[in-house]
Amino acid sequence: MSGASPVRSLPALEVRGLRTQFASRGGIVHAVDGVSFAIGRGEILGLVGESGSGKSVTGFSILGLVEPPGRVVEGEILLDGRPIGHLAAGAMRRLRGAQVAMVFQDPLMTLNPVLRIGTQMAAAVRAHDRVSRAAAWDRAGQALATVGIPSPRERLDAYPHQLSGGMRQRVAIATALLHSPKAIIADEPTTALDVSIQGQILAEVRRLADSTGTAFLWITHDLAVVSSLADAICVMYAGRVVERGPADAVIAAPRHPYTVALVGSVPSGHAPGERLPQLAGGLPPPGGDPGCLFRTRCPRATTVCATPPPQGDFGAGHTALCHHPVEHAA
Amino acid sequence: MLGFFLGRLAQAALVMLVMSVLVFLGVYAIGNPIDVLIDPAASPGQRLALIQQYGLDLPLWQQYLRFLGSVLQGDFGNSFVFRIPVLSLILSRLPATLELATTAMLIATLLGVPLGIWAGYRPQARSSKAIMAVSVIGFSVPTFWVGLLLILFFAVEFRWLPSGGRGPTGALGLSIWSAEGWTFLLLPALNLSLFKFGLLIRLVRAGTEEVMGSEHVRFARAQGLPERQVVGLHVLKNIGIPIITVFGLEFGSTLAFAVVTETVFNWPGMGKLIIESITALDRPVMVAYLILVVLLFVLINLLVELTYGFLDPRVRVKGAP
Ligand SMILES: Nc1ncnc2c1ncn2[C@@H]1O[C@H](COP(=O)(O)OP(=O)(O)OP(=O)(O)O)[C@@H](O)[C@H]1O
Ligand code: SF4
Ligand SMILES: [Mg+2]
Repeated sequence: MSGASPVRSLPALEVRGLRTQFASRGGIVHAVDGVSFAIGRGEILGLVGESGSGKSVTGFSILGLVEPPGRVVEGEILLDGRPIGHLAAGAMRRLRGAQVAMVFQDPLMTLNPVLRIGTQMAAAVRAHDRVSRAAAWDRAGQALATVGIPSPRERLDAYPHQLSGGMRQRVAIATALLHSPKAIIADEPTTALDVSIQGQILAEVRRLADSTGTAFLWITHDLAVVSSLADAICVMYAGRVVERGPADAVIAAPRHPYTVALVGSVPSGHAPGERLPQLAGGLPPPGGDPGCLFRTRCPRATTVCATPPPQGDFGAGHTALCHHPVEHAA
Repeated sequence: MLGFFLGRLAQAALVMLVMSVLVFLGVYAIGNPIDVLIDPAASPGQRLALIQQYGLDLPLWQQYLRFLGSVLQGDFGNSFVFRIPVLSLILSRLPATLELATTAMLIATLLGVPLGIWAGYRPQARSSKAIMAVSVIGFSVPTFWVGLLLILFFAVEFRWLPSGGRGPTGALGLSIWSAEGWTFLLLPALNLSLFKFGLLIRLVRAGTEEVMGSEHVRFARAQGLPERQVVGLHVLKNIGIPIITVFGLEFGSTLAFAVVTETVFNWPGMGKLIIESITALDRPVMVAYLILVVLLFVLINLLVELTYGFLDPRVRVKGAP
């Protein structure tokens, strides 16, 4: 926890009532269904949820990179208090990478196999700064060193297939760091890394957040990672944030039955990077259902759960959307 | 890299050997060339002498070895019709075909690649659909027919360009040095480029669409790369391989089979020569032409494969021992 977070100022990244939908043959998929959160400067927000809950789409929506048939239909995205959701394409382009960056989920697919690492990173540098090619390569090399890649200059000359998955993931992280953005969306950036490197990266991210004030949205399946790294946690289920709060409070005293199941399904000695075991039952297609979408799988469900669940407040910003939140002895 | 190269070279030699057998069987051993060579009124003695002179009394395999031996020395014999060595006859026609094919490929590339990229970049746009319609016409309408139309419009109707033949030639036996040369070259080159143009548009569009939908383009956009860079860096490099392949093979077949265009436009290239030699049953020319065409394809294939190594680093690694 970074206890030294400054007095309540404008959050570095704020999302309000974000709705992103995909038009599909079977109807409209509400991939992100009214998601809101705020991340302060230097804070790390962990976004957890099982596969298909809408975590990546949330990230893409923030960057304006949702591709058809997807569409952001509603919501406000603020960067340092400035709305960026409705910027023209050119203005949004200048923002991406420079003010808000993203590390993608799949390290194998994100780098172009036929271009050198240095070429790709230098292009990212020069997308925002008018510097010479040589200077751009220098900066790329420095960024690689920041994420702990040995002999970075030689790595710049390599092609993606010559690097391990973990190395590629670090290249992607280094690329996101190039312009010291206000916010970085990191979509499962450490899943391909082995435990020691993962620890190294997480420590590095923590240090970066504290020193540069960069806000991180840390998307992951891995509760063990967020519990040690994140300041706060949002738990997503079927496109909605069902529980949020300070990381230790959510992990120690989960209120929403879904979070309880998530926390409970993390065995002690759980290997980091391992995907969360699937809970009983499948994820329902997020749809225009006003009731609690978890009710088909919830052990506590009653008939009232078909109506919109209320927001329960458990103090210190810890809230959950549930008719029958789990009680914890004080 | 050297091992890779030598391996491919051995493969190429093998292909050439097999092809030489086929060509030999196809052209030399079937039918009796003596009937073409000799005056029907010749005496049996003269006939026998000629048969022995050409080695036609030997067993087939010995005939083949003799044929192979002289071919390896670059000796394809003399043309029955022109009475000069076949090789120099064909080579004298090479510049005409070469400049025709190269110009056609250039036209096809300079127009086809940008149009294909646009069609792949904005597949839903009306302009893209128009481009695709043009490309369908490009490779489905017969060459000779388009050629005749071109002549009809530009030569007969408007009298802007000559209807056929070739302009004055300069250095290297090429006619591209003078404006007059170009007036002759333009129509046949345009005609010959049409199919490649259509093909290239399809190919480039498919490649562009695929790359644009890829994660690495999305990642590039997430870094704020301008669209011009996304296309210039990612798309161009990724679609390079299929383009070079088809390009190489197409260039080979354009050189080898510019026959129709050369005939329609009366262009004095190799294609016209082969047509003439077939009508005249000029066997040495046919054989040499076929062998050279195979050689051409083998060489182009080799070149294309080597180019892959430069374009796709993954191939390079696999090729290395
Ligand atoms: N291109 C698309 N077309 C249609 N639906 C899509 C598309 N992309 C995403 N979706 C829908 O959005 C939902 C959320 O997807 P998303 O990729 O955000 O999940 P996720 O939480 O990132 O899962 P994972 O942990 O597996 O990465 C999915 O259930 C899917 O149905
Ligand atoms: S609202 Fe009802 S169904 Fe939903 S999580 Fe709470 S108890 Fe379970
Ligand atoms: Mg995802």
